[in-house]
Amino acid sequence: MYAIKTDSLTKYYGKSRGITNISLTVSEGDFFGFIGPNGAGKSTTIRTLLGLITPTSGSAELLGMDIMKQRNEILQKTGYMPSEASFYRGMKVREVIRYSAALRGLDCRKEAARLLDRLELNPDKKIRELSLGNRKKVSIICALQHHPRLLILDEPTSGLDPLMQREFFAILKEHNADGAAIFLSSHILSEIQRYCRHAAVIREGNILICDEVKNLGHTRAKQITLLGVSAPPAIDGIKNIESVEDGVKFLYSGDYHALLSALSSMPVTDMNMTEPDLEEIFMHYYRSGDM
Amino acid sequence: MTILKQELRQGRNALILWTAVIVFMLLICILIYPEMGSQMNELSGAFANMGGFSAAFGMDKINFGEFMGFFSVECGNILGLGGAFFAALLGISALAKEEKEHTAEFLLTHPLSRKNIVLQKGLSVLVQILILNAAAVSACAFCAFLIGEKPDIGSLTLLFLAYLTMQIETAAVCFGISAWISSGGLGIGLGGAALFYFLNLISNLAEGAKFLKFLTPFGYTDGAEILISGHLEAKYVTVGILFTAAGIAAAFWKYCRKDISV
Repeated sequence: MYAIKTDSLTKYYGKSRGITNISLTVSEGDFFGFIGPNGAGKSTTIRTLLGLITPTSGSAELLGMDIMKQRNEILQKTGYMPSEASFYRGMKVREVIRYSAALRGLDCRKEAARLLDRLELNPDKKIRELSLGNRKKVSIICALQHHPRLLILDEPTSGLDPLMQREFFAILKEHNADGAAIFLSSHILSEIQRYCRHAAVIREGNILICDEVKNLGHTRAKQITLLGVSAPPAIDGIKNIESVEDGVKFLYSGDYHALLSALSSMPVTDMNMTEPDLEEIFMHYYRSGDM
Repeated sequence: MTILKQELRQGRNALILWTAVIVFMLLICILIYPEMGSQMNELSGAFANMGGFSAAFGMDKINFGEFMGFFSVECGNILGLGGAFFAALLGISALAKEEKEHTAEFLLTHPLSRKNIVLQKGLSVLVQILILNAAAVSACAFCAFLIGEKPDIGSLTLLFLAYLTMQIETAAVCFGISAWISSGGLGIGLGGAALFYFLNLISNLAEGAKFLKFLTPFGYTDGAEILISGHLEAKYVTVGILFTAAGIAAAFWKYCRKDISV
């Protein structure tokens, strides 16, 4: 059974595109990254999975249950952290957290107290007095206090300071180690690279690639930096040319003999050839859609 | 019933404020009646002959100098109009406020069916209307006792029942609209309640505009008609009940299918 399984999931808002034919699987217990620029369809995918919006076509299952028919059962076992944490402004932190537990018909006071302590959040503060970061902490507690089997997090770290981000991921890793699947939408690549085992890249409503994070960095293309020249050799397979101090940087996916032969006649003073980092690949996907 | 409790908690201050204002105005109105009563007897004839103005408020048919006549017009306007505004605000904001205040994403990602959410929010509107009316009835009874009036309980019950039914209908229609909108409901609610009120005034002015009484819940709250006939006009109440049912059904139908904006 998969934590998340979508089959050609499509959502149109009238005539404008939300997501088109999203098919992906997230295994139980996985730590899955969902990468894409603003407007790519990350939040639309998540909101469709959670039943906030109805898909135009296609289907999806969360924890083996149909998102259209078994919404309540799914939400009972799912924790969700939205990208913008908004709560009832007149309520106190403690009241919002208890209300969330009560809506689930649960008493989560013990776990809530533990999380409040770890996230250093004052439960007696009014929501309207909280900074974005502190509202995010309330959201984290509401998403985690009932020990969900699936956690869906939409750009969760915006507003959290670096120390709190580390604590947040430590908590996530503990839940993941306990068997919870984590679906993390983000455009912060270092987060995905550091914490996720699998990831999918979404662009203009389509999934471009879905693979293990370590494989996403392995492509045929190499990043080459040449010093002493201002332009790359005039051969096929060169992309993303950038000027650097006293040299040029580019991605190369052509024949190495052709490259070496071309370089032998150029005044190159130094050369560096590496795997492109995830950010490089990510930017490339954003621009062209293939690698 | 977690949402019901939460809604009542959230709406507590507004309920207290509206109830206090309406009750205060009812108190003032009833307490000044003895002083005005004698003058009213003299003025009653004048009121009855003010043509369209008195017809609009039903003052051409009743004795304004008697307590029940005075009460049905003055207090009817306070509880009728005030209650309708309050009911409209409750109804129009019940579902839409979650999207307007960006809390819908929080609420709707908890394991509750949308049907359940609509039900509990609808009940919270009803409970608040009942509380306001219970306070109004108690205040009126207390004040009538204070000034030594013994109003006809049957007529008084009919009047209060009419105001309550009208408020529930207004709230239900607004509740239905609330499922369609995600912001800016305040103007629709207050404007709608005012429109209902003025439709009734117009329908009182001309025989040809009588059909408007079918469109407005104020059509069956006309105090003069109720006092004279001793009953609520069944045809208007029936249409009102249909509007109420349609509003509630629309709220369930739309909210259970709606794409939630965040």
